[in-house]
Amino acid sequence: MTRDPVDILTQQLGATVLEQTRFRDELTLVLSTEGLLAALQAARAAGFSLLTDLTAVDRYPVTPRFEVVYHLTAPDARSRIRLKARIEETDAAVPSATLVWAGANWLEREVFDLYGIRFDGHPDLKRILMPDDWEGYPLRKDFPLTEEPVQFFGHTPKVPSEIIPKSPPKK
Amino acid sequence: MSELTRETLVLNMGPQHPATHGVLRLLLELEGEVILGTEPVIGYLHTGFEKEMETRTYHQNIVFPPRIEYLATFIEEQAYVLAVEKLLGIRAPKRAETIRLILAELSRIASHLVWLGTSAIDLNVSSVFMYCFRDREQILDMFEMVSGQRMMHGYFRIGGLQWDLPAGFTDHVRTFLDGFPASIDEFETLLTDNLIWRQRTEGVGVLTAEDALRYGCTGPVLRGSGVDYDVRKAFPYGGYEEYAFDVPLGEHGDSFDRYKIRLEEMRQSRRIILQALERLADGPIAVDDRKISLPPRPELVRSMEAVIHQFKLVSEGINPPVGEVYAAVESPRGEKGYYIVSDGSNRPTRVRVRAPSFSNLQALPVMVYRRTIADVVVVIASIDIVLGDVDR
Repeated sequence: MTRDPVDILTQQLGATVLEQTRFRDELTLVLSTEGLLAALQAARAAGFSLLTDLTAVDRYPVTPRFEVVYHLTAPDARSRIRLKARIEETDAAVPSATLVWAGANWLEREVFDLYGIRFDGHPDLKRILMPDDWEGYPLRKDFPLTEEPVQFFGHTPKVPSEIIPKSPPKK
Repeated sequence: MSELTRETLVLNMGPQHPATHGVLRLLLELEGEVILGTEPVIGYLHTGFEKEMETRTYHQNIVFPPRIEYLATFIEEQAYVLAVEKLLGIRAPKRAETIRLILAELSRIASHLVWLGTSAIDLNVSSVFMYCFRDREQILDMFEMVSGQRMMHGYFRIGGLQWDLPAGFTDHVRTFLDGFPASIDEFETLLTDNLIWRQRTEGVGVLTAEDALRYGCTGPVLRGSGVDYDVRKAFPYGGYEEYAFDVPLGEHGDSFDRYKIRLEEMRQSRRIILQALERLADGPIAVDDRKISLPPRPELVRSMEAVIHQFKLVSEGINPPVGEVYAAVESPRGEKGYYIVSDGSNRPTRVRVRAPSFSNLQALPVMVYRRTIADVVVVIASIDIVLGDVDR
């Protein structure tokens, strides 16, 4: 009887996990930037052989501002886990996972391109989706979205994102 | 070989090249005709869907997924809608789920037909291309019948469907499925035993299981290398746990294995649809929660409450709880996932699209290493990339 890789990993990481949440049956572990690389290596050894996704979230104006999110999958044991590290806006950098999964290469370039988060130890960190001479990081919350107004007859034109206004967040 | 000829040549391929199935640029480092290095340059179709989706309500966002990946449109919609439903903690009614499943599997067949047709035309087998598009056209006609659109449907709703199936739809599907095995056999007689096809695909673009996992490949690319990972089996969604179907696996990880897998997947999709048609029972097509799905039309003339709900849903939208979810489906190209972060307002804080083509394309340099340029065309075709999905 093989053990669930989630149990192996949570046991191994133990106290290095800063926060542990479960929402809709999905387990999220928040780690420190220092402990991140070791945790990813431990996850791969525990059976999470597939780096499904690597992305970031801009939580502006909350600090620390950015979250780097790793979605890991164990195809044999059929389980998933989400690992996170929170970083400040100034000197936003996390260790690169390219040595653990080669596939992290492009995913990290994408996060760098759209959020401006650096990955220390990445072999070739440059823009991937945006043009090389682009200024700014488009997925940051303070990067403006350019939109063309929609013409409604008898009304002042609105840009698409203002047609239905944003309701206030909960909490 | 003299010192002079040992120099390598960097050759630019694309971005506008018929064999790249979209706008993909490759920088190939060549020694003679042998490829020593490949650098894919992407981003030509980057449209900022993720940013756009942060500025729209959950309901408005339904229009984006089929535009991200325009070959398996219903599967895309299913992926997004399932993610929002997971965030809300609801499940669509049985009938809605079954209809979604039928349309998703038809989308898979349609997408594989485009793949087969275009890869055949890359190798100059233009008749297969015509036959594939003949069959795909029938599927698109059925999609038009259901949603009014051939491609950008917007038919799935959070918690259900826009409206019920039109009369006579199931008969159309059955008629199509009755004739479909003969079509697949036709493709097989034209390609599987075709000496040229085999020589061009067998042993070309070999990807080991270890490399496939390292690069995060999914779908037929991963299964071609022999790794048994199909989201429909590993993390069943939308009712797939109740259906009997097989997941074909490859042995060598070459382009021919991936071709065989996709043909078999079309047969398995047919098997799933036939089971689903049997189980398609009458029932509601949307959840009975007025905070999520619109009230039925007849209620609006009788109930003030229904009018208020209608107004709130249209002018403000759905307010899911604070949290984050990741929901994935098995698209024809691999694991398609949506990661949604909610702050409790009517707009998502973050929508991340996990694109299978993006990860699969990353393994291209490994697959074409020390092969010739002619093989690059075959390998790109066998990965089955959609550049809209790569660049988002």
